[in-house]
Amino acid sequence: MRIALTVNGERQEIDVEPRLLLVHLLRDHLGRTGTHIGCDTSNCGACTILLDGDAVKSCTLLAVQADGCAITTIEGLASGSQMHPVQEAFWDNHGLQCGFCTPGMIMAAVALLDRTPRPSEEEIKRGLEGNLCRCTGYVNIIRSVQAAAEALDRSGSVPAA
Amino acid sequence: MTPAPFDYAAPTSLKEALRLLDNRSADPKILAGGHSLLPLMKLRLAAPGVLVDLRRVPDLRGIQAGDGRLVIGAMTRYVDLEGSPLLHEHAPILAQAAGLVGDAQVRNRGTIGGAIAHADPAGDMPAVICCLDASLHLASPRGERTVPATEFFRDIFETALSEDEILTHISLPIPSTPPAQHYVKFRRRMCDWAIVGASVSVTCDDERITACRVFLTNVGPIPTRATAVESALEGRNPTAETISQAARGAGADLSPSSELNGSADYKRHLAGVTCSRALQDALGIGRA
Ligand SMILES: Cc1cc2nc3c(=O)[nH]c(=O)nc-3n(C[C@H](O)[C@H](O)[C@H](O)COP(=O)(O)OP(=O)(O)OC[C@H]3O[C@@H](n4cnc5c(N)ncnc54)[C@H](O)[C@@H]3O)c2cc1C
Ligand code: FES
Ligand code: FES
Repeated sequence: MRIALTVNGERQEIDVEPRLLLVHLLRDHLGRTGTHIGCDTSNCGACTILLDGDAVKSCTLLAVQADGCAITTIEGLASGSQMHPVQEAFWDNHGLQCGFCTPGMIMAAVALLDRTPRPSEEEIKRGLEGNLCRCTGYVNIIRSVQAAAEALDRSGSVPAA
Repeated sequence: MTPAPFDYAAPTSLKEALRLLDNRSADPKILAGGHSLLPLMKLRLAAPGVLVDLRRVPDLRGIQAGDGRLVIGAMTRYVDLEGSPLLHEHAPILAQAAGLVGDAQVRNRGTIGGAIAHADPAGDMPAVICCLDASLHLASPRGERTVPATEFFRDIFETALSEDEILTHISLPIPSTPPAQHYVKFRRRMCDWAIVGASVSVTCDDERITACRVFLTNVGPIPTRATAVESALEGRNPTAETISQAARGAGADLSPSSELNGSADYKRHLAGVTCSRALQDALGIGRA
């Protein structure tokens, strides 16, 4: 089946089998390997991307369900060599160790900040409850999201979504 | 994990969706948010021949008020229920319970219609819509019919829906006085399913409880009405004492199945605890 979608601003038209998962389309067919597969059972959040601005788990979506939609992956956040403020904040605040959960964690954080620009600690925990991290213990992830919120607030910019 | 091969259709009208569903030899299945169906297909526990995706069918999404009822499209997502001003005003328990399902990503995809049609005994929506005395509107090539939520659920994953029917919307009566409502979902961690849940909706006049509905999640194959709790509350003053006495009876007649997260005895105990907490929160009476 032929589908058309936008991935990080670039229009893609591609023939896919209906059973192809969106995460496999991104990684195997379009070479966007920044989106990770952790559990493959919709529990860990490593595969989180933005679909028309909403954080979703791309292991639990078919590529055909994204026909006509706009997708943002972790590769679509930076502009050139300028990292996105949420990426910058994770770097500055040690919001990652091995980095496996990080793409999904950052995409979930971008979606959270888009809807809730100044989240409380509770709101951050709730916004990231679908993302598991085996390394950090979450404390620095929460700090990173708080720092990103402040940076975005200072710069007056809105997160790309 | 990749599902077995299947065909996919995204019809743009209800009529077309019903026609695709009526072609039984193709083994069709409705796809809504896919957050129950796709995991089953990935595990090859389900292998439909055609997925009929409802996402392009108009008028199945959104919440409207009219004629004394709220009408909710089957394809309305949890995230939309959570943020709906109409629900916050007329059926706050539905918005609140939707916010307790899964996690943000799940709530961005999962739909109320999918949750009801799937009828998972641990799912949050079934007991809540029974508590709200909702009606379910079903369409098939044979016409339309309406089934009360309390008669819709038949057994684990079994409902009144026949194979060629689509749940199109859910309607709820708009109460004349704002009811006191609350859903308590007892779970070990955020984003877990309910071990036990309690939905309560209470109407009071100046002094007394004039009406109440109490339904429990995951203590039986389908939502379970806590009639003993209801009758212990009706006509009484809403005090902390009334609530704790009424809630004590919640577990007595239940025979829940034991599972990994809780034995039958533990679930009977939790039935009382969740009822008590839900009533306290609904009525704004401090927890003891
Ligand atoms: C990680 C995770 C955590 C979750 N946690 C919870 C939780 O805490 N509580 C909870 O209640 N649920 C939970 N769920 C389940 C979630 O709520 C599902 O989204 C929901 O049960 C099904 O809705 P859906 O729109 O995804 O339906 P789908 O998966 O698309 O469909 C489910 C079934 O219903 C049928 N169907 C769907 N729509 C219709 C319709 N309109 N008419 C007729 N048949 C239809 C389909 O054919 C299918 O058989 C969780 C899911 C995941 C993946
Ligand atoms: S890989 Fe999708 S949620 Fe874990
Ligand atoms: S940094 Fe290793 S899993 Fe999160």
